[in-house]
Amino acid sequence: MSTSTDHGRPDPEATSPAANSDGRPVSDRGDTVCVIGAGASGLTAIKNLREHGFGVDCYERETGVGGAWNWRHDRSPVYASTHLISSKPFTQFPDFPMPDSWPDYPHHGQLLSYFERYADHFDLRSHIWFGTEVIRVQPVEGDRWDVTTRSTGGYGPERTARYAAVVIANGHNWSPKLPRYEGLEQFRGEIMHASSYKDPAQLRGKRVLVVGAGNTGCDIAVEAAQQASRCWHSTRRGYWYAPKYVLGRPADQVNDSLLALRVPLRVRQWLYHWTLRLTVGDLTRFGLPKPDHRVYETHPIANSQLVYYVGHGGIGPVPDVARFHPYAVELADGREIDPEVVVFATGYLPRFEFLDASVFGDSAGAGRPTLWLNAFTPGHPTLAVAGLLQPDSGLFTLSHWQTVLFARLLQARRDRPERATAFAQRVRDRAGERYSGPVKDSSRHWFEVGHADYLRAIQRALVELEGK
Amino acid sequence: MRGREWSRPVRPARREVLSAVPELEEGRPPLLFVPGFGHGAWAFAEHWLGHAASRGFPAYAVSLRGHGGSEPAPEATLRAYAHDVVQVAASLPRQAVLVGHGAGALVVAHALARYPARGAVLVAPVFGGWGVLGAALRRNPAGTLPAVFGGPLRLNRGQLFSSELPDEEARRYVGRLGRAGRRAQWALLGEPEAESAVGAPPVLVLGSPDDRVVPASTLTRVARRYGSAPLLFPGMGHDLMLDARWEEPIDAILDWLEKEPVGPGGHVRAVGGQPPAWWTAGLPAGVAGWGTRASEPVSVLVRRLIRPPPSSRARR
Repeated sequence: MSTSTDHGRPDPEATSPAANSDGRPVSDRGDTVCVIGAGASGLTAIKNLREHGFGVDCYERETGVGGAWNWRHDRSPVYASTHLISSKPFTQFPDFPMPDSWPDYPHHGQLLSYFERYADHFDLRSHIWFGTEVIRVQPVEGDRWDVTTRSTGGYGPERTARYAAVVIANGHNWSPKLPRYEGLEQFRGEIMHASSYKDPAQLRGKRVLVVGAGNTGCDIAVEAAQQASRCWHSTRRGYWYAPKYVLGRPADQVNDSLLALRVPLRVRQWLYHWTLRLTVGDLTRFGLPKPDHRVYETHPIANSQLVYYVGHGGIGPVPDVARFHPYAVELADGREIDPEVVVFATGYLPRFEFLDASVFGDSAGAGRPTLWLNAFTPGHPTLAVAGLLQPDSGLFTLSHWQTVLFARLLQARRDRPERATAFAQRVRDRAGERYSGPVKDSSRHWFEVGHADYLRAIQRALVELEGK
Repeated sequence: MRGREWSRPVRPARREVLSAVPELEEGRPPLLFVPGFGHGAWAFAEHWLGHAASRGFPAYAVSLRGHGGSEPAPEATLRAYAHDVVQVAASLPRQAVLVGHGAGALVVAHALARYPARGAVLVAPVFGGWGVLGAALRRNPAGTLPAVFGGPLRLNRGQLFSSELPDEEARRYVGRLGRAGRRAQWALLGEPEAESAVGAPPVLVLGSPDDRVVPASTLTRVARRYGSAPLLFPGMGHDLMLDARWEEPIDAILDWLEKEPVGPGGHVRAVGGQPPAWWTAGLPAGVAGWGTRASEPVSVLVRRLIRPPPSSRARR
């Protein structure tokens, strides 16, 4: 049985000398595919490309796998109590189940060990260059790519290698999005983004304002309710706070029983409203604003405890922040509150600083690429983005099928070029398609997809690619 | 979309896993043995686990729920059994080779659609259908008929073992047999075919032409489904892992795995249009019956394969 060292590492003797446009040497890696990042999506990209017979070089800026889910990484957004918000069957890779002995909603530490076992089980580590960051990705003729790397932190020489294809899996939950507020600079209290929130000890005994009602914001608000002396939770609008369990089963599994029956959206919304009414009850009675939208129109929030703590007085729901004063925060309704700590759980934006924005058709540089299936770029058939999704379920199943589709596409380019050409045409025609019902327009929902709609779209794309 | 997998996950069950691991880790893929209905992991622990470990392969055997030392599960389905196999396979340190025996081979076929195995071996596969039922009714009407109506399936020694196995041992084994779930037994008659395997693993099919449970024609049909011909061990009963000459099939499986030209994660079919030259050359006569060599008619292969491998003949 051959060992993995046969492939993977660029071997100086095996590569032919070439030079890029700057005249610097480029080592040609032939048919090898480059994967950027060894987080969840990167790992499944390596595994699926290997499974389809491609050589893979993966560059990871950190020294371990798991990306955002590895709390040791300086870009990791997880905090001590992070738990999954989608239950196990929604979260695991479809071909590598999580152990039966784990709870329905595992802890982030378990998730990290899951990725480590995934990497070891499929022998992926031998394809990953740890501590190496990608600083430049440039298209060259023949739909190939020059990838320039160096050691993380900017040490050491730059190296450029030429690849047949590139999978970008650098994650989209590490570059904080901070809203602008009037007077924020003058505010004398402590300000932090949720990305630097790690432990409830940071809040203990303080007066805390949490801004944002994403899943992170709600988690932090709940922790503040337990630890801080006072907690306010500021939200732009009313939301539907879904409990994690409905009818004694994880709520997403109940929801998917309806999806499997293809119950129409309106009926599901109606049922959902009824279930919430029966379980959580009327939120306005707790002083929470009434949602200005139907359920499924914003990213779902799964938190059973938030409403509970509002009911116990631990969390004071407040409207949007209007402006900051040196010792107070003015709210949209004119009230003033005096927090010591403000936590902005206002989300993240994707960044691809190693890539020229024009490649993605994102000339404004806003960080919102125009893609088909949130993965394929018009005009660049050998470039794919993995995991740039905000699904209403776990992400990893979706990344898995994205990378399977990309691997099949690369196979088709080799074996049946006419099908790959037709695929590229579809990418051009359909770039920018959405895979969710109507959602509130917000950068939070740029990458929002309904997992059922999205997986069906991927399945159609696979069938169209392979056909009969 | 697998809506059911998501909305109705299989209920967890405690599972018995027996193992024999070589003292020195040699980088070989682990084997996961899946016993057929009525059998538990013990059936492999008798001989095959230790033998595989002595040849450097970490070997594991699982008892499907309701069998052996696993949790009782009278209402278990085929899907739950496949879930058990995938769970154990994913818990092994490396990508595993799944080895299914009897109806366990059908469970493996279903598990292959859920887990990208390094390879798969189907030993005397019972894929169900009316042919198998007919054969079982003919050989053992009293033991089979109740199963049709949801009762236990009782296999007798004549079905499972050749006459070479000492009577006392055979009686002991038959005494240890349990029973599968009612719904899983019925699944043998009317279950839709397994989805195709993920990751295109190589599949080896072996069995015995003198098997009184699986007709030789079934072996050929199953093997053809996986693009190969079965490897045959004449004179042995259905339970190849317990029968008198248990060493021959396991040695053939391990030989096949040693020759198998599959790198980690990479599979033969994916390497390119043509199989590499060393794939078709240098295979031992007894283990050539796999792969997708369409050029050679299946019947020729079968005839050639009926001869037992020279090595095992020398031993006798």
